[in-house]
Amino acid sequence: MRHILSILMENKSGAMSRVVGLFSARDYNIDSLSVAPTEDPTLSRMTIVTRGDSSVIEQITKQLNKLIEVVKVVDLNESRYVERELMLVKVRAVGKDRDEILRLCDIYRGQVIDVSDKSYTIEVTGTSEKLDSFLENINNSLILETVRTGAAGIGRGERILRI
Amino acid sequence: MQISGAQILVQSLKAENVEYVFGYPGGAVLEIYDAIFQLHKFEHILTRHEQAAVHAADAYARASGKVGVALVTSGPGATNAITGIATAYTDSVPIVVISGQVASPAIGSDAFQEIDMIGISRPCVKHNFLVTEIEELAPTIKKAFQIAKTGRPGPVVVDVAKDVTQAHAKFSYPQEDIFIRSYQPVVNGHIGQIKKALQMLAAAKRPLLYFGGGVVLGNASQVLTEFVRTLGIPCTGTLMGLGAYPSRDRQFLGMLGMHGTYEANLAMQNADVVLAVGARFDDRVVSVPAKFAENPKKIIHIDIDPSSIAKRVKVDVPIVGDVGNVLTEMLGLWQKQELMFNPTSLDKWWKTIENWRSRDCLRLPETEHSELILPQYVVQKLAEITHYDAIVTSDVGQHQMFAAQYYPFERPRQWLNSGGLGTMGVGLPYAMGAYLAEPSKDVCCITGEGSIQMNIQELSTCYQYKLPIKIICLNNGYLGMVRQWQELYYSNRESETYFDSLPDFVKLAEAYGHVGMRIEKKSDVEGALREALAMKDRLVFMDFITDRKQNVYPMVGNGKGLSEMVLPPHMRESKADSDVNDVNDRDYDTRSVP
Repeated sequence: MRHILSILMENKSGAMSRVVGLFSARDYNIDSLSVAPTEDPTLSRMTIVTRGDSSVIEQITKQLNKLIEVVKVVDLNESRYVERELMLVKVRAVGKDRDEILRLCDIYRGQVIDVSDKSYTIEVTGTSEKLDSFLENINNSLILETVRTGAAGIGRGERILRI
Repeated sequence: MQISGAQILVQSLKAENVEYVFGYPGGAVLEIYDAIFQLHKFEHILTRHEQAAVHAADAYARASGKVGVALVTSGPGATNAITGIATAYTDSVPIVVISGQVASPAIGSDAFQEIDMIGISRPCVKHNFLVTEIEELAPTIKKAFQIAKTGRPGPVVVDVAKDVTQAHAKFSYPQEDIFIRSYQPVVNGHIGQIKKALQMLAAAKRPLLYFGGGVVLGNASQVLTEFVRTLGIPCTGTLMGLGAYPSRDRQFLGMLGMHGTYEANLAMQNADVVLAVGARFDDRVVSVPAKFAENPKKIIHIDIDPSSIAKRVKVDVPIVGDVGNVLTEMLGLWQKQELMFNPTSLDKWWKTIENWRSRDCLRLPETEHSELILPQYVVQKLAEITHYDAIVTSDVGQHQMFAAQYYPFERPRQWLNSGGLGTMGVGLPYAMGAYLAEPSKDVCCITGEGSIQMNIQELSTCYQYKLPIKIICLNNGYLGMVRQWQELYYSNRESETYFDSLPDFVKLAEAYGHVGMRIEKKSDVEGALREALAMKDRLVFMDFITDRKQNVYPMVGNGKGLSEMVLPPHMRESKADSDVNDVNDRDYDTRSVP
């Protein structure tokens, strides 16, 4: 099953490689990973999307907690959460494709953020699933380049991850 | 007054009450070695290889309960230390390894003797630090010791850039522990869980306590012993736990697992409630989790490391905390609430166990000719002659299992070996570290002709520091354990396990300035051991030429359950066999026994 783990850790060089190294050393897979400092610059927040049954996720969570620089770990799947991922897609846009692409953008609430004679660069945000769906629906031969951030997740309502 | 970084480092180690530093100098640590020379705050033990330095520091920690310290240079010095660090990591031994690093401006430039020590050691340390600012040096050393010895102990690496050792700053060492917000080990067990565990235990018909190395590391041997005796239950221990409970006591069933005793393995397989204390259900203990679960049992698991709980087997009551604290709490409540077992069931359980025990699975075989030396016999004799009181280190292989099976360890920190990583070559450096920690004890290294050659250069260190270690080499001319597996699982194809050009160990020992002995007859074993142990100020290398074909039994084979043990050939189809089976087969799982 797909799980989103949210990790609060010290914002220090090498901290992220400890987390990533733990996954590879124990043969766990990372589907996506996003990380950035939080409102407190001494802390980083990392979101990892991974897969596994409950015993695997329990072990991953425990192993993460064991890392000295990890302050807190939660499995967002334990209750309700929202997730978003950002994707930038550069597509070839000439002739009638130019309008067609804009219509698709509208449906997915995407925005064109850069334009040239022959291309659009589109920004789409949403769940990873929604971004996959956007790519499925755009003519594959038009896609020049894609870049995605990986999911970021946060608990719904009053649920807060902080120290 | 400002002092150099190297001096700060030496003063910091002094402030941690470090007695010995095991190490080897080199370019990146020259400044530190100069400070050691000038300040002379602790004794530095110059090993002949960095691996041995770390092993010796590790053994010092295992024997003394303090933090061991090793000092190595950058690049090859650091990489040589890795096996030692990994060994300490797997067995949760508190050590601090200080490695030199090239000067900060050169880091990342592929400089001479540069290696990314932080990266290379990351998977096998509890934590590591790179120090590039002199202001960070003293607090980092403080944190390193703090992290190494608290919670689940483990190795901490401090990689120090050379320019930091050369810079100058004011020295002040933090008096109190430094608060680390992301590191707060839980030491007291959850009271609700403890109460639940006690209820579950008291309701047991076939209770068993299973202890591991955590009891030794947590200095909980005394409370464990009191607990087991008060409750009147049987107990068994892992390889790493040996000595945590007195081995010759009736309530101890011997070691369990792959080479565990008949009674311990069957008790584990047939128990209805297992209380696991500082043990982690390692694959050498439960073999295959699915087979372990064939006989349903409730499991209560006490461990300081939450990730050790429910890692391999399902646990009914997890208790995270220091084993000593939790057992003390449990024992107090057991007595206060006047809990007890159903006497009839407990009595029946003990009778069954005594029946299993009557099989005497470690009884030695008769040998074809009377002067053939059995390796097990040498260990038995050593135990008698040293009054079960020596500190015994071992390497890895058949001799290690013979030592574990035939030397009854009576106290914690008496038995030092690489249980987790299984590192060949630890025996001699372990003996060095152990002797320095406990110079009043006999220190014996039980080894094999394969293992001893992996760090044999340390005979030189032993000579330099006059370490009167007794080396008991059980020499069968084979990599015995590998040969045993080749015999059992690879149709006797002895691929590269046979040594046909062994050195003359007697001459080798003499070349290093020690006493060498070769013992080829059974009738000479006892006399040789007595003679060697009487030489209080000399290292004696005893080369026992033993039966080449002995295997370690009982044995739980690959993919088998604990009850599917193989007993030694001389016990198969004996009368005792049918006696035991008559009594037990109806109620218990004794599928084993070919």
